[in-house]
Amino acid sequence: MKELKLMKGNEAIAEAAIRAGADGYFGYPITPQSEVLEYLMAEKPHERTGMIVLQAESEIAAINMVYGGAACGRKVFTSSSSPGISLKQEGLSYIAGAELPCLVVNVVRGGPGLGTIQPAQSDYFQATKGGGHGDYRLIVLAPASVQEMADFVELGFDLAFKYRNPAMILTDGALGQMMEKVWLREHKPRMTEFPAWATTGKTPDRERNIITSLDLDSARQEEFNLKLQAKYNKMGEEEVRYEMTDCDDAEFLLVAYGTSARICQKAVQLARKKGIRAGLLRPITLFPFPKKPLKEMASRLKGILSVEMSTGQMVEDVLLAVNGQVRVEHYGRMGGIIPSPDEIADVLEHKFTGGKNYE
Amino acid sequence: MTEEIIIAGFGGQGVLSMGKILAYSGIMQDQEVSWMPSYGPEMRGGTANVTVILSDGPISSPIINKFDTAIILNQQSLDKFESFVKPGGVLIYDGNGITRHPERTDISVYRVDAAEEASKMESAKIFNMIVLGGYLKVKPVVKLDNVVRGLEKSLPSRHHALIPLNEKAIKRGMEIIRQMNSI
Repeated sequence: MKELKLMKGNEAIAEAAIRAGADGYFGYPITPQSEVLEYLMAEKPHERTGMIVLQAESEIAAINMVYGGAACGRKVFTSSSSPGISLKQEGLSYIAGAELPCLVVNVVRGGPGLGTIQPAQSDYFQATKGGGHGDYRLIVLAPASVQEMADFVELGFDLAFKYRNPAMILTDGALGQMMEKVWLREHKPRMTEFPAWATTGKTPDRERNIITSLDLDSARQEEFNLKLQAKYNKMGEEEVRYEMTDCDDAEFLLVAYGTSARICQKAVQLARKKGIRAGLLRPITLFPFPKKPLKEMASRLKGILSVEMSTGQMVEDVLLAVNGQVRVEHYGRMGGIIPSPDEIADVLEHKFTGGKNYE
Repeated sequence: MTEEIIIAGFGGQGVLSMGKILAYSGIMQDQEVSWMPSYGPEMRGGTANVTVILSDGPISSPIINKFDTAIILNQQSLDKFESFVKPGGVLIYDGNGITRHPERTDISVYRVDAAEEASKMESAKIFNMIVLGGYLKVKPVVKLDNVVRGLEKSLPSRHHALIPLNEKAIKRGMEIIRQMNSI
């Protein structure tokens, strides 16, 4: 049964996973995402659907439990925040190398190092460019509301299984901690049949399944690398998701995802009140990145402002997409500071029409 | 209608739960709502604040720096948020422990001595509901019926026996709030 609730983003992820028919969660607490684990522990999904929830001894253990669960063809996931996600990178590289599906949630906090517990968007490079070693990518989804936090759990699992590749929900402490209305889907039953590659026990009618990321034969390894690239290219053709607001007549474009996109929605309204024809492009998939709509719009724009709670990471993908056709600037706040809508509208005005300098 | 509110005070005063009840009440009358807490290494006795937005339409930014209403429950929060109220907006404060009172003349200032009133009632814990009552008297953004329904939805059923007391506190807040200036 569909249900309307007021929930924190972190809680919505946990509840959505139970309803999406997840088989297991393996996690380790860290602010600002501990509510995912806490909600699941309190909710006892084992009694509701049979889903397993386990607090591992460390983040590294948790991601390797996910590796094991995924190898059995099960719908498994983990969540953490920036320092914990760094610890999971080795596991993610192995999971990508073994072509296994899983979902990882990163509720980003400021860094580097232990940084702060406040929200940030400074893990964009880590999420979209690989993160661990080797030529691999994650499918990266960036929710901008508590509703999308819930919806992207199922979407993440679906894409992960479709491509046999880890998917990540890249969100931040603000979305994790805030409450909004959320419509929860009816329960989807857990899987009872598993993919042919899954290590569910050899039967006499087939060869044994082997899950590994190791292949010492250079020619085969190169072939495997090309196969992965073909998979990522296919994602680029079929899975790009984005949302455009007030772009039809826009002269200046804001590009922002997640929390920043919500703030930019209001900044667009404020800029338009000042007579600046602003619009917003919100990437929903950060990998694959919506290069095409940006490229198509670039020649009719007077400027692009990429807004991100970082020193400027996504702006590099914006620059690549428009390839010099239009001036691109970045504006960001760091250390857990969230910019206000007025601040962004002012920066847009001053960066592109002169005046007060916000560098 | 869009109402952008900040509620700020000490941790343990019920700032976050008051915001949550307000948000739930908004849901009960089909409004869009957002509840954005300041979260941090704060504990009981530290500062806590929450931004609540109630709107008939979709909510863009849940993070804002100008408010229609500020509900202020301690001196630090008054010092920090008085300047964040939009001109023509509303500031509601509890006079308990306040040494420097609100000074703005371009906003409506109301005082609700909820801490003092709560000490006279059955439980001091209903302090935040007295404040909420005061707010709803000034800004009837949600109906009292919907607040009660919001309480039913947000409180675990073992606490439902306390709902009549909460309702009484809300009504008491509506009675004792008074305007401190005229604009």
